[in-house]
Amino acid sequence: MERKIICKEEIEKILKEISKKIEKEIGIKDTVIVGIKRRGAILADRINKNFSKKIPVGYLDITFYRDDFSKIGAHPVVGTTEILFNIDDKKVILVDDVLYTGRTIRAALDALIDLGRPKFVKLFVLVDRGHRELPISPDFVGKKVNVKENEMVEVRLKEIDKKDEVVVVKKWNGKGKTL
Amino acid sequence: MEWKRKDLIGLEYLSKEEIEVILQVADSFKDVSTRSVKKVPALRGKTVVNLFFEPSTRTRTSFELAAKRLSADVLGFDVSSSSVSKGETIVDTAKNIEAMKVDCFIVRHSISGAPEIISKNVSSSVINAGDGCHEHPTQALLDLFTVKEKFGKIEGIKISIIGDILHSRVARSNIWGFKKLGAEVIVCGPPPLIPKDIEKTGVEVTYDIEKAIEKADIIYLLRLQRERQKENFLPSLKEYSFLYGIDEKRYEKIKSKAFLMHPGPMNRGIEIKSEVANQDKSLILNQVTNGIAVRMAVLYLVIGRKI
Repeated sequence: MERKIICKEEIEKILKEISKKIEKEIGIKDTVIVGIKRRGAILADRINKNFSKKIPVGYLDITFYRDDFSKIGAHPVVGTTEILFNIDDKKVILVDDVLYTGRTIRAALDALIDLGRPKFVKLFVLVDRGHRELPISPDFVGKKVNVKENEMVEVRLKEIDKKDEVVVVKKWNGKGKTL
Repeated sequence: MEWKRKDLIGLEYLSKEEIEVILQVADSFKDVSTRSVKKVPALRGKTVVNLFFEPSTRTRTSFELAAKRLSADVLGFDVSSSSVSKGETIVDTAKNIEAMKVDCFIVRHSISGAPEIISKNVSSSVINAGDGCHEHPTQALLDLFTVKEKFGKIEGIKISIIGDILHSRVARSNIWGFKKLGAEVIVCGPPPLIPKDIEKTGVEVTYDIEKAIEKADIIYLLRLQRERQKENFLPSLKEYSFLYGIDEKRYEKIKSKAFLMHPGPMNRGIEIKSEVANQDKSLILNQVTNGIAVRMAVLYLVIGRKI
């Protein structure tokens, strides 16, 4: 059982608008964009394409920064952080697909700070589904949705999922992301 | 694949897939050591104990740095000032330290099988950091990682391991590792230092170093322990150096097509001429660098295993 909450066209529209907004409010000079792997990284790339001029883009893997290591154990499949520029004094746009408990963002901020001292970090998420467990709030939101705690928001992007859509899945299927 | 093993005792016991997982995780840890903040919080709150019953600088330092870069706490255990010198058995020593709630032992011992005995008696993880003539799994893993980094693959690579194969735990672990990942392994050394029936492991044997060099993409030199001469395995060190050492002339042949590796510490002037060790076809310092990433991966996987 799943219901679609954002369609392909809407995703495109959100990303276009957010790119404009970022460019207007923050500017692209000394700005870098960092996506959280994997879907945040794809969104970061797409936003970057919409800017009038491309800015440095990096990808963050937060596996080693998670706070549930003792609970769920090591991830045998881990990615790599690919941020090939200095983030000192840069304006960082942090990008993720879904904001839920806030723990992923907490981990991402730790990972970022280990790489340098940015001027500031602003957060963009495609979907904010509420139920925060940490005091974290986004600066740019694609869409706010009300989703029950036993439901899961799944963002699908054509680069890895073959199509663009955001759906709500009724139950934990055991395969979905939990953080 | 989920990592389920509590311990790392030897590459003999690992599957090809398990070895590949370690190398893959190591790859993600490699860049941590190049940052200005060389630390990730993955093992925060975990305690790792270095239990070295045999001297070691490189391996011990490498493990200690690996654990620290994962934010684990590291306890060094000095055997000379410990109760081992008062006659305590290794199992009792380990159990006593475990009673203080530690998560992982890194064990080096001059007796083959010592880490395995400890692993069967404690519920904490045990990583073998070299036992007797048995195995030195993290050395072989970092060697595999280094070769993979250079060639992009292991399958089909030809590696010649040269020296005292008989007493070498590094050679044993490397034979298991490289064979499992599909490389061709040639062993070469003086006949008394080549174990009987070693062909059964699938390696090729030659006593002629020129042949070993000619065929290989990697020339892997083992450290020749000077004691072997006193034990009558060798007539003289000079003769060994002449027959099996890498000098400028042999290096010239290697230069055009192959790389040199050595697990350290090097005996300059015996298995390798001083001038040759620092040449650009030598991967010796790459091995040391990669050792940290590989050991980080092993610590991360065994301590964080699915229970």
